[in-house]
Amino acid sequence: MTKKGITPLAFDEMMNADNSPRQPYSTYNDWYAAQDKARLIAKSREAENIFRKTGITFAVYGHADSSEKLIPFDLIPRIISGREWRKLAQGIEQRVIALNAFLDDIYHKQEIIKAGRVPRELIERNVAFLPQMIGFRPPGGVYTHIVGTDIVRTGEDQFYVLEDNARTPSGVSYMLENRETMMQMFPELFHQNRVRPVENYPYLLRHSLASLAPPGCEGKPRVAVLTPGIYNSAYYEHAFLADMMGVELVEGSDLRVIDGKVKMRTTRGYEAIDVLYRRVDDDYLDPLTFKPESALGIPGIMDVYRAGNITIANAPGTGICDDKAIYSYMPEIVEFYTGRKALLENVPTWRCSEADSLKYVLENLADLVVKEVHGSGGYGMLVGPTASKKERTLFAEKLKARPANYIAQPTLSLSTVPILVNKGIAPRHVDLRPYVLVSDKVQIIPGGLTRVALKAGSLVVNSSQGGGTKDTWVLED
Amino acid sequence: MLGRTANGLYWMFRYIERAENSARLIDAGLRMSLTRSEATEDDWDGVLQSSGVRDIYDDLYPNLTSADAIDFLLRDKANPSSVMSCIDTGRNNARMVRTALTRETWEATNECWLNLKSTLARRIKPADLPEVIDGIKRMTGLIRGAFHGTMLRNEIFNFSRIGTFIERADNTARILDVKYYVLLPAVSQVGSSIDNVQWESILRSVSAHRSYGWVYEAEYKPSNIADFLILNGRMPRSLAYCYDKIVSNLGYLAREYGEAHAAHATAEETLSSLRNHSIKDVMDQGLHEYIENFISHNNRLGEEISNGYRFN
Repeated sequence: MTKKGITPLAFDEMMNADNSPRQPYSTYNDWYAAQDKARLIAKSREAENIFRKTGITFAVYGHADSSEKLIPFDLIPRIISGREWRKLAQGIEQRVIALNAFLDDIYHKQEIIKAGRVPRELIERNVAFLPQMIGFRPPGGVYTHIVGTDIVRTGEDQFYVLEDNARTPSGVSYMLENRETMMQMFPELFHQNRVRPVENYPYLLRHSLASLAPPGCEGKPRVAVLTPGIYNSAYYEHAFLADMMGVELVEGSDLRVIDGKVKMRTTRGYEAIDVLYRRVDDDYLDPLTFKPESALGIPGIMDVYRAGNITIANAPGTGICDDKAIYSYMPEIVEFYTGRKALLENVPTWRCSEADSLKYVLENLADLVVKEVHGSGGYGMLVGPTASKKERTLFAEKLKARPANYIAQPTLSLSTVPILVNKGIAPRHVDLRPYVLVSDKVQIIPGGLTRVALKAGSLVVNSSQGGGTKDTWVLED
Repeated sequence: MLGRTANGLYWMFRYIERAENSARLIDAGLRMSLTRSEATEDDWDGVLQSSGVRDIYDDLYPNLTSADAIDFLLRDKANPSSVMSCIDTGRNNARMVRTALTRETWEATNECWLNLKSTLARRIKPADLPEVIDGIKRMTGLIRGAFHGTMLRNEIFNFSRIGTFIERADNTARILDVKYYVLLPAVSQVGSSIDNVQWESILRSVSAHRSYGWVYEAEYKPSNIADFLILNGRMPRSLAYCYDKIVSNLGYLAREYGEAHAAHATAEETLSSLRNHSIKDVMDQGLHEYIENFISHNNRLGEEISNGYRFN
């Protein structure tokens, strides 16, 4: 590794080492070669204006003065061949099926604990484990209605799952808006390449949610999106999804439990909701059951849920399966429930709660990425190779103080895809979040959100840390 | 529709209307200070009173100067009726009801906000004021245009329109209330130049100094001005016009929902009083009393709508 942490050997998804395009990019590369670069830069600014005008923004916590930010959009697509995708999709499907089976088991018979494959205390002492879910099976037996599996690539055939986002994965609106923007700006590209569509996601989501209406639902299921409100970092996405699905966007203050149903206050009186796609964390969902001070939730909704009168998506308590400490057990979990070895690899993970691992992590801090077990969004993590000596020393102290709060992983040499820069194109590290819908079937949207680190050599792709996004193409082949 | 959404639409359009009215009041104030040779600080007192923010101003500024008054009316976040505050609140409401708005309406609102946020980031130089005020009127006009050109004529439309007209009626009534003494025949020295400027400023505050001449004889006459702003059903900022629109929009809601609320009776009662009185009746009753009574009824109507349609 060089000082900046970029590996000269990083796998570039667009160009081969001999500067010829890789097969999925061959058509695109011809198009790109024929473009006037100044025009592309101008288009790039045009895209930014579209995003700003439309209000496609997110909020960065802790930045009061700049409360609404744009996520930079790079107009060079990330292209995945049909063959690569099929392989990925099989792995993701297997993993998502295992996650649901694991959740059902954890909240019922706990056979995986009895079999000694996952330690009991890791589950039962975990804050993401909800005793309120014990013995309760959500409608259709589905726990994770929407999953965003974070995937990284290190080579032609090397894919790793970085995280299973099984709570309320966000970013899907960017997937849709990025595609919309690309189609507006470069329609010709979509004639030349056979790109699989992602636009029907809202339709699929609505149907997937409606198909899991609770037993108490009478008539056509009524779906709503629950948002914490306009100051939430992902509010734009909540409004966007409700709008695209043609369902109500509700806040906790709109809802009330009446006659054993969750009802929303309309201009005509209270009307029942059957399926609630909530973008509010478990803790805030029901002040009677969880945080009593929560103003975002609905008092009593958990009782309605357990009585079979509402479907909550994703189910409360799913956080136990995408916890970073559980993550290291995923290969065993997949095998335990599907009877087959996991098709997608896990990134090797050291659990700092174990003394040997902690010792190793402390000794090799400069080569590792250390993450908080419950952290997300790139907050509170240490990227060893790019951190200063002082930062590593400070982090080592935190690590020693609360080892169980951390896991560590090797810094993977993430693949790169070029981004447009003033001088042309330059490779930057990327990851991928495909979106998965679970009902009586598992549907994986062909594509997803590609996040890209905009700084040369940086491995941090999170939007809250200055990352950008790309349109992600899965080709029909 | 969610009660909160109806509430958001109602307030979104009230605030956008108010932003435009604040800009117009500043415009009228500027004009008056240009046409008068004497000290003009008193004129700004009238403007601040019309906007209903004189008390807030006094809490924040040691004395009344035109520069401070303009800045306060245009950009001060501490003034809930400043143009910037109104656009901020209006746009926040628009974000909340984003799913009820067409893309065009939302984008016009968002662009207005983005634009003013940068234009009004610092104090405006006097020389730039006319352009800034024109810009505000143009951008709020674009919101209105996008709204009219693209929105379905359903309950969303009705709640938005009701918000617009309750705000507008309140605004016109306030201007009259602050300046009513100028229109009183007993006190005014008809034909004096001071009165002419004052009367024109009233008309300018509601963008009606030209259209007045199309309807009445060119010379300003207090009872005609009062008639124009209160009873003339063709003048788009008059109380009668606003109530005509409120009653018809409430009527659509009543037909669609199959039920009427207290608000319907209140609005119809106000409208019929506006229709069945002459300006002479109003003047005889006392202009000030009449307007005070109107403002309190208008407020009550707002509350009744909020209760009837479960805004909160």
